[in-house]
Amino acid sequence: MKKLSIGIFSFTCDEGCSMQILEVFNNKFKEWENLIEIKHFRLISPRKDIEKLDVAFVEGAISTKRDLEGLKKVRETSKKVIAIGSCAINGFPSNQRNFFDKKVKQKIKPFLKKFNHLENVEPIKKFISVDGEINGCPISEDDFIKVLEDCLIEFGVKDA
Amino acid sequence: MHKDFDLKIENMSKIEGHASLEIKVRNGAVESAKLIVGENKRFYEEAMRGKPFSTIPQMVSRICGTCSIAHLTCATEAIEKALDIKPSKQTLVLRKLATLGTILRDHAMHLYFFVLPDIFRKPSVFEFDKAQHKFLHDGFSLKAAGNKITKLVAGRAIHAIYSQIGYFSKVPDKSKVKETIAYLKNVREKVFDLIDVIWNCDFSFKRKTNYVALADPSFAFLEGDLIDSYGDIIKEKDFSNHLNEIVIPYSQGEGYTFKGEEYFVGALARLNVNKKSLHENTKKDLKKYLNVFPSSDIYHNNLAQAIEMLHCIDASLDYLEFEFKKEKKPEIKIKKSNGVGVVEAPRGVLYYKLSITKEGKIDFGTLVTPTAQNQIRMENDIKLLVTKLLDKPEKEIQHEVEKLIRAYDPCMTCASNFLKIKWI
Ligand code: SF4
Repeated sequence: MKKLSIGIFSFTCDEGCSMQILEVFNNKFKEWENLIEIKHFRLISPRKDIEKLDVAFVEGAISTKRDLEGLKKVRETSKKVIAIGSCAINGFPSNQRNFFDKKVKQKIKPFLKKFNHLENVEPIKKFISVDGEINGCPISEDDFIKVLEDCLIEFGVKDA
Repeated sequence: MHKDFDLKIENMSKIEGHASLEIKVRNGAVESAKLIVGENKRFYEEAMRGKPFSTIPQMVSRICGTCSIAHLTCATEAIEKALDIKPSKQTLVLRKLATLGTILRDHAMHLYFFVLPDIFRKPSVFEFDKAQHKFLHDGFSLKAAGNKITKLVAGRAIHAIYSQIGYFSKVPDKSKVKETIAYLKNVREKVFDLIDVIWNCDFSFKRKTNYVALADPSFAFLEGDLIDSYGDIIKEKDFSNHLNEIVIPYSQGEGYTFKGEEYFVGALARLNVNKKSLHENTKKDLKKYLNVFPSSDIYHNNLAQAIEMLHCIDASLDYLEFEFKKEKKPEIKIKKSNGVGVVEAPRGVLYYKLSITKEGKIDFGTLVTPTAQNQIRMENDIKLLVTKLLDKPEKEIQHEVEKLIRAYDPCMTCASNFLKIKWI
């Protein structure tokens, strides 16, 4: 039977949204166990498979060159990219350094340079096309369930 | 044996946040072991400056998804201390419940999802065999138990909404309280299976150190003084006087010494200095396991967490019997002041100091996270472990090192925020 292959990816954030997905699993995992295959979820598995994902859920904003490279890879290898949470969708609250005054920006500059940070922290849509969004900080459990159920139908894993 | 090699583990899985490890072995000796916080710094200490004090708890909640309640509660306590706000008995009960729920959920996450795969020698919970599969579902049930408590009293398990400075904006719903009590009673016995597996595994790595924890007389992770293994008692407000910050140039985080020495904070420290305060039912049912504390075996941090899970259930069952009523918001008078908050986050002592201007804005805020406090000891242990394993194949060294790091239960999401910048 075909399973929906998914990946959950974290960039610059507090990982609250992916934690929320794990909370959804508390009640839904039994039901989804045979319908989804989790190919990438660093928090709970060392598997780093990002080839041919049906759906990539992306949390966090983009703060470093490394974030950016990772994000582009996710886009290339996933049929559908869904931004989860306010950080991924509009950058906030992980983008607070964008709003620092000149003096503070000057202070943190050497640090940013040393760890290859970008000039500003950006939402993911600034760099890649995004196919869907689940807003919130964190996302709500019900919204995630709805989106995942829709994907199961869209990819022919479950009948409508 | 004389050999040179470098061991690099990038983006380690089954820990909270991004971390990598670099070990350098030269002439048969470990030259360096660097545990690097790869989580990107989000500058929360800087972002706090100039913001109204009332917005801080919700803001710092976003430092860490998994222990958001600990940050929120600790900052709230610091503000209450600064502005002389005395929370009511009910507020304290609700706060304790939110914390017990968080610790239960967090330990369940760590033990079932990060540690059990090491014990069962499986890459992750998804590869558990038929006999082990029960633990995957137990893990979700215990996580749900913690989540239910926190949701009931604080509205959400991640970035709670009802917890306010000085009060809770909503009183728990009576029928939901009943439902939660029934759920907790139902899952309680699952914890014994977990404890059994952890008890019977042969992981061990002993090295004496100083253990520091808040010795809360009701073991609710919020009150009391700090105590260390020497029996020294330190008031919350004086804690930072004993700390020294160590800059770690290769990392986006930092480290600390306490009284000039490396030390450990977390569940193992709590049981080492305060096991007598655990819930009576927990103590009665887990006597045999409790006898090993005080322990200098870092793997007993896993056992200590499992014991705390049972305690969180038992203590929550008591607190849920409280007669909750709607209460008035306390009045807040703004003044120029400083306040310190100290709580036990799931991974150990969390410290906040906030300074408020006479206009009610944050002049400066500083915080010390558990993982930053454990960093130095963790690196020293890794060095020692690798030294002992030098003649083993690299794969095995990697496995053992990852296992050890997981026993520490570091949280890189927390650790990344606080590289201190000198303000002149
Ligand atoms: S949107 Fe909020 S909960 Fe989600 S990752 Fe960002 S800060 Fe965390």
